[in-house]
Amino acid sequence: MTVLDDNTLHGDPGIEAHPERHTASIPAGATSGTPMQRSEVKTIFEKGSPGRRAFSCPKLDVPECDPAILLPDAYRRKEPARLPEVSEPELVRHYVNLSKRNFDLDSGFYPLGSCTMKHNPRLHERVAALPGHSRLHPLQTPKRAQGALELMYNLERHLGEVAGLPHVALQPSAGSHGELLGVLLTRAYHEDRGETRKKVLTPDTAHGTNPATVTMAGYEVVKVGTNADGGVDIEDLRAKATTDVACLMLTNPNTLGVFDPNIEEIAHIVHEVGATLYYDGANLNAVMGISRPGDMGFDIVHYNLHKSFTQPHGGGGPGSGPIAVSDRIAPYLTVPVIEKQDDGSFTLEHDPAEGRPGSKSVGRLRGFQGNYGVFVRSYAYICSLGAEGLKDASETAVLNANYLLAKLRQDGVGEALPLAFGDLCMHEFVLSGAPMKKDLGIRTLDLAKRLLDHGFHPPTVYFPLLVDEAFLIEPTETETKETLDAFAAAIAAILKEAKVDPAIAQNAPYTTPVRRLDEAGAAKHPVIRQPL
Amino acid sequence: MADASYPEHLLYHPDHDWAAIDGDVATFGITWFAQDALGEVVFFDPPAVGTQVTKDEPYAEVESVKAVSDVIAPLSGEIVEVNEALGEDPEAINNDSYGAGWMVKVRLSDSSQTGVLLDSATYQGTLS
Repeated sequence: MTVLDDNTLHGDPGIEAHPERHTASIPAGATSGTPMQRSEVKTIFEKGSPGRRAFSCPKLDVPECDPAILLPDAYRRKEPARLPEVSEPELVRHYVNLSKRNFDLDSGFYPLGSCTMKHNPRLHERVAALPGHSRLHPLQTPKRAQGALELMYNLERHLGEVAGLPHVALQPSAGSHGELLGVLLTRAYHEDRGETRKKVLTPDTAHGTNPATVTMAGYEVVKVGTNADGGVDIEDLRAKATTDVACLMLTNPNTLGVFDPNIEEIAHIVHEVGATLYYDGANLNAVMGISRPGDMGFDIVHYNLHKSFTQPHGGGGPGSGPIAVSDRIAPYLTVPVIEKQDDGSFTLEHDPAEGRPGSKSVGRLRGFQGNYGVFVRSYAYICSLGAEGLKDASETAVLNANYLLAKLRQDGVGEALPLAFGDLCMHEFVLSGAPMKKDLGIRTLDLAKRLLDHGFHPPTVYFPLLVDEAFLIEPTETETKETLDAFAAAIAAILKEAKVDPAIAQNAPYTTPVRRLDEAGAAKHPVIRQPL
Repeated sequence: MADASYPEHLLYHPDHDWAAIDGDVATFGITWFAQDALGEVVFFDPPAVGTQVTKDEPYAEVESVKAVSDVIAPLSGEIVEVNEALGEDPEAINNDSYGAGWMVKVRLSDSSQTGVLLDSATYQGTLS
């Protein structure tokens, strides 16, 4: 294998990701340690020393009591729990060093398609940290949590305005959770009409959560094909839209970054057989303030507050996936419903009066009201941007995606990584690495891994499934032209390098804390418990 | 992973499945192209013996590091045997897709269906 010097290893560093490197080589014979980023990491349990503490409790100022008197034998440990015994500096360094091994949006460009990794404004963190928000107890009586209820009530109205649908439920805590509620509402709607339906349609470009949701909700998934322009295959939809179909789940623009111009006809076909039309809001960032799913004919919409509305994400949560529904679906919404009374106060209605949203509720989806901290950040975002600002954000997201797409055509990349569908895109676009694999001998996965050495988080790979060697890029509105240029230049450099020696990309990454992972091994033999 | 190959004695379905016919019983599996597109296979979910499979319809699932995919039946019939060894050793689907990576044996319900399957050269023509 080729021996790579430091500069080749690192490629052209992404503009934010790496500090300037020292070029001088280490003198011969100098002692060398393992770079901190590469050193083997111990778990917190393997560090420290028996009896060491990060905190000393103050002296007891109440009489000591024998636990044996308070707790029966069966409920007491025979030996102390094995807790980490470390000093405070050890504790701090452990977690700070772990965090340094992460790639995150705050350290570099993160164009993960269909995930909308937009910047999380710091203002929102300040607002969410205000004690009135952060210290509010979920069991506080509504009377003493009027501000929080008002914020949630207002957020519901603002979100409803974005979707073009009047009734919003904030409870779902993830996009998939919102999807599940949407499909359960569809079931409740049909059952209330005495109808039993068995199938839900999803396009073959759908997010994987769509068919998973359908299965969890007890329906059978039926796939609908994609036409040559990347939209729904209308003839296939017409053939599969029977009176046995409960719902069509659709993302518009879809995961190919294509806005389906036939949406009106699609809505008509679906409604004609009495099914509901569900909008997966994962790609809402392309259309906020420009077009509204409700106006397109959708009955149910879910939002991802952790995508379009700036809640930080990527580390497993917390997320939030509220849904908006039309009048005919409103009676089945989750409870409690926040209602505004004539005197301007807000109440939590667990059993709303007949005819009001939630009067035939499917019940609760989770405890309490949802992930409140997310609501605060999203509300702050909507208030600080306003209607015009949201529209501007979407327009810039689409502009940035099209700029990057054009850039990736210019740089001699186009032949290796052509656009899979269409000509222009919305807020994201899918390239196919099939020619690259054939002509240069590197796969999309190799390109993705090599990008890490350039200081960029790779885009989504191998999704959507219908594109061979898919590479799904979503730059978002918050990235600068310089960043987009540097990303395009990195891809061009990797392809150029692969022409000479494909092994460089095939063996990447070189500069990350760990190298190529054994994904098959991880799936087949997961190590889920650290032996102590 | 071996090099691309498409044995002459097999019949091929355009959805990247092969069938080896032996009287009224056929062995099914996926082609080199399919396993290459899937990437490393980590799990094979076989159907039960006795299940009826229908030509062009899914009869099993394979999970790779990339995705879970349906396996399409090239012919119709009843499953008489499944490759139990794939439970422990799904990588055989990658390493030996026409040998140890076979998936099921099916008693054919309509042997005339073999007429619409492709020979090796025609199938390879669909891949470029």
